[in-house]
Amino acid sequence: MLRFENVTLRYGDGPVLAGFDLAIAPGELVVLLGPSGCGKTSLLRLACGLARASHGRIANTFARTAVVFQEPRLLPWWSALDNAAFGLAANGVRTAERRARAAALLGRFGFSATDLHKRPPALSGGMQGRVAIARALMVAPDLVLMDEPFAALDVGLRRDLQDVVRAAVTETGLAALFVTHDVTEAVRLADRLVVLSPRPARVVHDERTSPVDAPSKIHLAAAALLDRPAVRDALLAATAQV
Amino acid sequence: MSFRGALKARTRNPATCSEGVAGFRVRRFAPSRNDRRISNLIFGALGLVSLALAWEFGHRVFGPFVLPSPVETVSCLVDLITSGQAGPALAVTGANALAGWLVGAALGVALGIAAGVVAPLGAALRPVVTVTLGVPPIAWVVLALLWFGPRGLAPAFTVLVTVVPIVFSAALQGILARDPKLSEMARVYGAPPLLRLRMLVLPQLLDPLLPALATALAFAWKVGVMAEVLGGGTGIGGKIATARAHLDLAETMAWILLVVALLLVCDGLLLAPIRRFLGARRPAAVATG
Repeated sequence: MLRFENVTLRYGDGPVLAGFDLAIAPGELVVLLGPSGCGKTSLLRLACGLARASHGRIANTFARTAVVFQEPRLLPWWSALDNAAFGLAANGVRTAERRARAAALLGRFGFSATDLHKRPPALSGGMQGRVAIARALMVAPDLVLMDEPFAALDVGLRRDLQDVVRAAVTETGLAALFVTHDVTEAVRLADRLVVLSPRPARVVHDERTSPVDAPSKIHLAAAALLDRPAVRDALLAATAQV
Repeated sequence: MSFRGALKARTRNPATCSEGVAGFRVRRFAPSRNDRRISNLIFGALGLVSLALAWEFGHRVFGPFVLPSPVETVSCLVDLITSGQAGPALAVTGANALAGWLVGAALGVALGIAAGVVAPLGAALRPVVTVTLGVPPIAWVVLALLWFGPRGLAPAFTVLVTVVPIVFSAALQGILARDPKLSEMARVYGAPPLLRLRMLVLPQLLDPLLPALATALAFAWKVGVMAEVLGGGTGIGGKIATARAHLDLAETMAWILLVVALLLVCDGLLLAPIRRFLGARRPAAVATG
């Protein structure tokens, strides 16, 4: 379980989170949907230990947590292969073995033998995204934290990578906390949808769903979600302010 | 596509080149890398030839007691080389400059990294380095001559003292300019310190460090020769001092030519590969942002 208990986080300009509660159970893909700047990223940073709560408690009982950041954050001097194997290297897996394992996974992600040895600047944005996801999945995590990982990609690539994530969750039974501000992305991926209010973030809607894949139904599902007053207030009011 | 890639693609496009007089291709836009290299060579040679012509002109106007002719200088240089004087002098100067550079670079890198990692140490070292940088090399030569005597270690020490602050600043900058996002990534994946050093810190250090090492090497020759001129000894600087004392202008110029040749060789063998290496890395560095 990943559990936020009464968590408060303050930066200089007021609280980002105030008395925030949320629990993520093993095996569920929880999508956190909230307006820009509401504190979604802060939640993830708290969960992976990059930030500390001002008050409250964050308990993470998952054995291994991996993170996919908003940008790929690949090391530009090393090949796609070595980047994907970075987490294994950090865990002391020998070079030959980690490269073999990373090559196998990247191969499933559509990398050719020559692509494996390209450095990130030679890779397209979508391929960089795949390497970043592969790097997270390589360490065999039971929780993956994802911070709008596809925000910078075009629609087609985004769909591909959403499928990759969805398949990984279904196949390996890992839990994922996926942050986005895109309603259609949320309904396409989520086992559970959590909608946050503008800053300081609090949960205004928490619903168990199943992923909606058919293109014709995604927008209906998104519209149905936005039709709820609490969700509409949280997502659209903030847009109006901006 | 990188900027350079775009440039290349554009020049490969036949539409941007047109057939000129006598079948020569007229370059309308960016020249290809090969064309550029050739034209650089031609214009570089032209520059050197005009320098030699100006030298010859000076010789004709002011006479051999002010400026010996280029031909006389070169023949004197050939004499120095064939009589076996140039070799040993070159070896002494080379040893002084390289030893000072190597030790200075090692010290500078170690101190720079330490100062970047341990903030109080950095705060303490920075003003010290600024002061060191402020002392003119000629003052170090004088001090070194007083401390180490005219022969021996004085040139190498002067080189060392000149090299350390240059390399230190670059190493410190490389450490401080690390991409915090990559550091966070490494932290989240639990990378141990040695792995971080190898995969994150050192590669980011190279960008500012390599040019600084190259600059420091160029300084090493100049400062080393300068220290030798003042201290005497058997290096090129010492030979220049002796030739000057004999008012032998042709030999003085010949030794100077030798130093310049040394610098050029060192530039071609060491610095040019570094520049190419960094040039190849550059697009990679951009993509971190």
